[in-house]
Amino acid sequence: MLVQLFHNEKSLRHLHNNIMEDDAPVIYGLEFQARALTAQVAETDDIRFLVGTQSLKFDNQIHQIDFDDENNILNKNVFAHKDGEIWHISASPVDKNILATCFNNVSDTKCEMAAALWRIPAEFDVGLDDTSSSSHSLQLLCRLEHDSYSNMFSVLWQPNGEGDKVITMGEGRFLTWDLNASGTQATMTGVASLEAKGQPKFTAGRWNPHSNATQIATANDTSIRLWDLRSMEQVSNIDVAHMQCVRNLDFNPNKQYYLASCGDDCKTKFWDTRKTDEPLLVLSDHSHWVWSVRFNHFHDQLVLTSSSDSRVILTSVASISSEPLGHLVEGEESDDDDQDDSSRDGQKRAPQTNGVLASYEEHEDSVYAAEWSTADPWLFASLSYDGRVVINRVPRAEKYKILL
Amino acid sequence: MENSYDKAGATEETTRRSDRHGMLKSYYGMEKGAMKEAGAQEGVDINGLYFKPDLYIEKLLKEKSLTELMDKESEMVKQIRSLDSDMQTLVYENYNKFISATDTIRKMKNDFKRMEDEMDRLATNMEAITEFSGHISGTLQDRRQQIQKLAGVHALLKKLQFLFELPARLKKCIEMESYAQAVRYYMKAQKVLLQYQHMPSFQGIQEDSDAIVKELKTKLRQCFRNKNSSQQELSECVDLLLQLNEPAGELCDDYLAHSKQMLDEYLSQLEYQVKLNSGEERLKLPSELDRPAEAYMNPPMDILEFVDCGSNVFIGNICLVIASYTDMFINRTTRDEDWDATNEIAHKKLVNFVMTLMDQYFSYVEKRMQLEKETGDNTILVRALDRFHRRLQAMNSLLPDTDFARIGTDIVSRVAHGRVMHYLQALKQHFSDCLTDIRQSLAAPRIVGKPEGAGSNNLSELLMSAEVAVVDQIKSVLSNLQAFIALDITFAMKPYFRNEFCTVEVREGLMVAFLQHIHHTAMEFCDSMSDRGSAPPTLLLLLSRLCIDFENGTISYLVNLVDDQFMLASNQQVTSITSLCHTFKETAQKLLNHYVSMQGLIISQMLRKSVETRDWLNTIEPRNVRAVMKRVVEDITAIDTQVGQLYEEGVRKERSSDSSRRTFGNFSMSRQQQRSQWGRYTPSTIDNSLMSNIQKLFSEKIEIFSTVEFSKVSVLTGIIKISLKTFMECVRLRTFGRYGLQQLQVDTHYLQLYLWRFVTDENLVHFLLDEIVSSAVHRCLNAVMMESSVVDLICDRG
Repeated sequence: MLVQLFHNEKSLRHLHNNIMEDDAPVIYGLEFQARALTAQVAETDDIRFLVGTQSLKFDNQIHQIDFDDENNILNKNVFAHKDGEIWHISASPVDKNILATCFNNVSDTKCEMAAALWRIPAEFDVGLDDTSSSSHSLQLLCRLEHDSYSNMFSVLWQPNGEGDKVITMGEGRFLTWDLNASGTQATMTGVASLEAKGQPKFTAGRWNPHSNATQIATANDTSIRLWDLRSMEQVSNIDVAHMQCVRNLDFNPNKQYYLASCGDDCKTKFWDTRKTDEPLLVLSDHSHWVWSVRFNHFHDQLVLTSSSDSRVILTSVASISSEPLGHLVEGEESDDDDQDDSSRDGQKRAPQTNGVLASYEEHEDSVYAAEWSTADPWLFASLSYDGRVVINRVPRAEKYKILL
Repeated sequence: MENSYDKAGATEETTRRSDRHGMLKSYYGMEKGAMKEAGAQEGVDINGLYFKPDLYIEKLLKEKSLTELMDKESEMVKQIRSLDSDMQTLVYENYNKFISATDTIRKMKNDFKRMEDEMDRLATNMEAITEFSGHISGTLQDRRQQIQKLAGVHALLKKLQFLFELPARLKKCIEMESYAQAVRYYMKAQKVLLQYQHMPSFQGIQEDSDAIVKELKTKLRQCFRNKNSSQQELSECVDLLLQLNEPAGELCDDYLAHSKQMLDEYLSQLEYQVKLNSGEERLKLPSELDRPAEAYMNPPMDILEFVDCGSNVFIGNICLVIASYTDMFINRTTRDEDWDATNEIAHKKLVNFVMTLMDQYFSYVEKRMQLEKETGDNTILVRALDRFHRRLQAMNSLLPDTDFARIGTDIVSRVAHGRVMHYLQALKQHFSDCLTDIRQSLAAPRIVGKPEGAGSNNLSELLMSAEVAVVDQIKSVLSNLQAFIALDITFAMKPYFRNEFCTVEVREGLMVAFLQHIHHTAMEFCDSMSDRGSAPPTLLLLLSRLCIDFENGTISYLVNLVDDQFMLASNQQVTSITSLCHTFKETAQKLLNHYVSMQGLIISQMLRKSVETRDWLNTIEPRNVRAVMKRVVEDITAIDTQVGQLYEEGVRKERSSDSSRRTFGNFSMSRQQQRSQWGRYTPSTIDNSLMSNIQKLFSEKIEIFSTVEFSKVSVLTGIIKISLKTFMECVRLRTFGRYGLQQLQVDTHYLQLYLWRFVTDENLVHFLLDEIVSSAVHRCLNAVMMESSVVDLICDRG
């Protein structure tokens, strides 16, 4: 069997800078268990991730991880999050210092989920003070709370928006909110409820970045639903998207109607939302529940999935990506500063094939989240329940296959 | 001379006689030549022919003494005397003979004189006769010439009479329908008529007879067109018409047209049969027919009758047509210079004619053969095909430029192909029926409500019966198909049919295709997206075992059976047994994996619902094991019995003495162990993640949905792994109060008590349960564990 790599526990608080070999993963350990991971979306220069911890007994923290790609060094900042254990974290797409969390409000007899917006304290600048052991507190901007609705398990920022609209996903409903410019005030603008027999609960939601962000997709039990935010009505649904519970969703950033879903049946499926009777593609490489699925923001043939089988798998779904034959339009990628050389021979590319590109085995517990960096399209972070963050890269060979 | 007298008295007589002969001979000069050879030395031989007395005397005088000479002299005197007496006796002896000879000669002289007279008389008589005869012939000469002339005139007149009577005769002949006679007459007369046609009377006759012959021709033509006329009549007609110098080409056409009429009738009969069988046309009710009897004339025929009818009536007639056509138009003795050309044209016409008709015939036969779907047994069909094929082979020799046998064999191949496809379909149907049966019998006990054990008792029986049914079905199909290559079947001996049929059709098209079908059906069950995804898990288990059994022997048995029965050489390019086995092994694996994940899912769902729906913060102190845990153990036990019927136990990891003690009542060890493990997660422990990492370092990574082996424990281990992992993930999503945690402690302990026995490695169960409890401890607001003895007590009670 697999002999686990044992990391000196003393170094868990420090950055791990394993081997200087280029493709080696960088591992960072938190002292608490954790589920919440996000890239710092508004940050496009530095590779930064935010991780929220889960502990019922101690004060929870948010770790801001900064990865220095050139030197292969990790820097981190820790902020206290005293309101409770963090179940979900999301970063504002506009202001890199604003983030939203969903956390557990626990009393002896009750445990409720709440959501709030936070600001990372300004005087605390990244990388300057990593020796400090005392953690600074996050600055509360506002709580997303309403008298009649409670239990919010995730906050979705409007993609590509002004950072003034969020959605909170609750157990049987989701709410839309407007924020004021500073983010200190949130007003609920709408609510949509899930109507079905039993007590249906949402398990995931995802805001569609296309069509002016007027659509979101939600998952409850085995089905996926699409909602129009203008009317707050359900517009379509996929009844049995997975054999078991659907855990996560993601929209293809480059193809308007393409949606990925993953779930407890160990499968990742790709859907065309216009034609939902059959999935476009099914991946079943994981051996346990798939907890997250993410398209690469730049090269949507790269799909990252993480699972409670402790694996993160990078798959190529070239056949249904926006670049099924490589780059057909010259200069399409020229916006991305690190891909200028890619358009030279873009026309002559052989079609890429579907299939697993890499399976990352650095985790030893269930991996509940994996996120692409918003700054480096070839880099991603994954977080397992035992608090281990692993930063990995797309294998070089695959990278060159896509670029050249 | 002395010598002979010296000799004994007995020989003396003979010597003397021979001497006398010798003398007679010398007298008549007979031995002259021989004596000469004696040479000069015989000059001294006193008996020799050339004896010379002087020489002899001289010799005696020279050689002999006086006494000897004296003796010689006396001896000679004696000899001379005896010689004289001998001479006398001779003369006496022969004297009488001379006398009689002289008498005879004298008599003869007299006789000849009389004869001479008579001869003279004869000569004169003869002279008289000659004179008379000359006289008579001279008088009769005139009369004879006249008679000769008269005879010639008579003959001519006869001929003329024939000619004049010809029209009447012809008419009469025609009236009497003895056309052959008429033609003969006409042919006889025609030459003459042609020669003398310048004479008006003859011309009249010719015109008359021509008219009559024309009539005759039309009559013949009529007869020709009359479809009731028999083949023999026809050929007679044609023969006559040909004699009458009708153009052969036209006749060919006419003849063929006529034959076509007849053959078309047969063909339409066949077509009617085909339609009747295909249901395009229904049998007419007797009331609808003009004559009720017709109903019995066209009853639907079975295939054998059909082919018999086709080959006897149609092929028989077409053969007849070909034969008579060949006789009439092709093999006719050459009369014209351009006969070769017409011959060729005639032949071509025939071939075209036959081809079109045969094409039609083939199409009907094939249609009819294709209709033969329902019967399970092939023998009739094969016999029909054989007859069809044989008949065609016979035809081949009749018409050299065609290859109907080949076309026939092609049809046979196609029919055989159709049959194979039909059987394949039947096999598929049978297999899906089998599956339906299995599903029904799997579902039945549950409806009746029999205990689970009784319902699953017959799993292995079900499997056996399904396997036997499938194999039997294949065997019966194979034996049915063997009819196609039976020894007495002619087309079975054609290599291009046989190879194709045995290899491509039977082995690949039927056997391999059917096995592939089983494989595909099984795979469909694995694909959860298809309609069959809802198959009961027991069916999956059964199918997986079926695939294993197939892989373990049935495939090679069946394929070898095919190879044997159809005598296939092993070196051909065919799907190998190993590749088939490999496919089946994979299928079995997939089915079993699917079974495990489905059963795991069912138990997972139970556990998930039980964890999700409970408020773990506000629960009371545990008194019992939750019912769902008992249900889980029951279900797993049921699965265990189910799997146990089809799969062997499998290998377990050696149980440590520690664990056996743990299971058999001595709980102190486990209690200590538990306490020591779970004690780590007390709130005071800061380094809990460190501890859990250390713990994980020493445990193995667990593949949850991994491939299982074909054994009971492996299957059960798979199911339990999935269930417990789900349990853990659900626990991690909840927050527990003190009693919530304790309830979980009780539940996991209960599971630990019962689940170890099902798995390959009980440490695995312990590890997963420990994980669950430690996760719950993490998720607990007030983590106080229950006293182990209480846990034991509760579990014992529950």
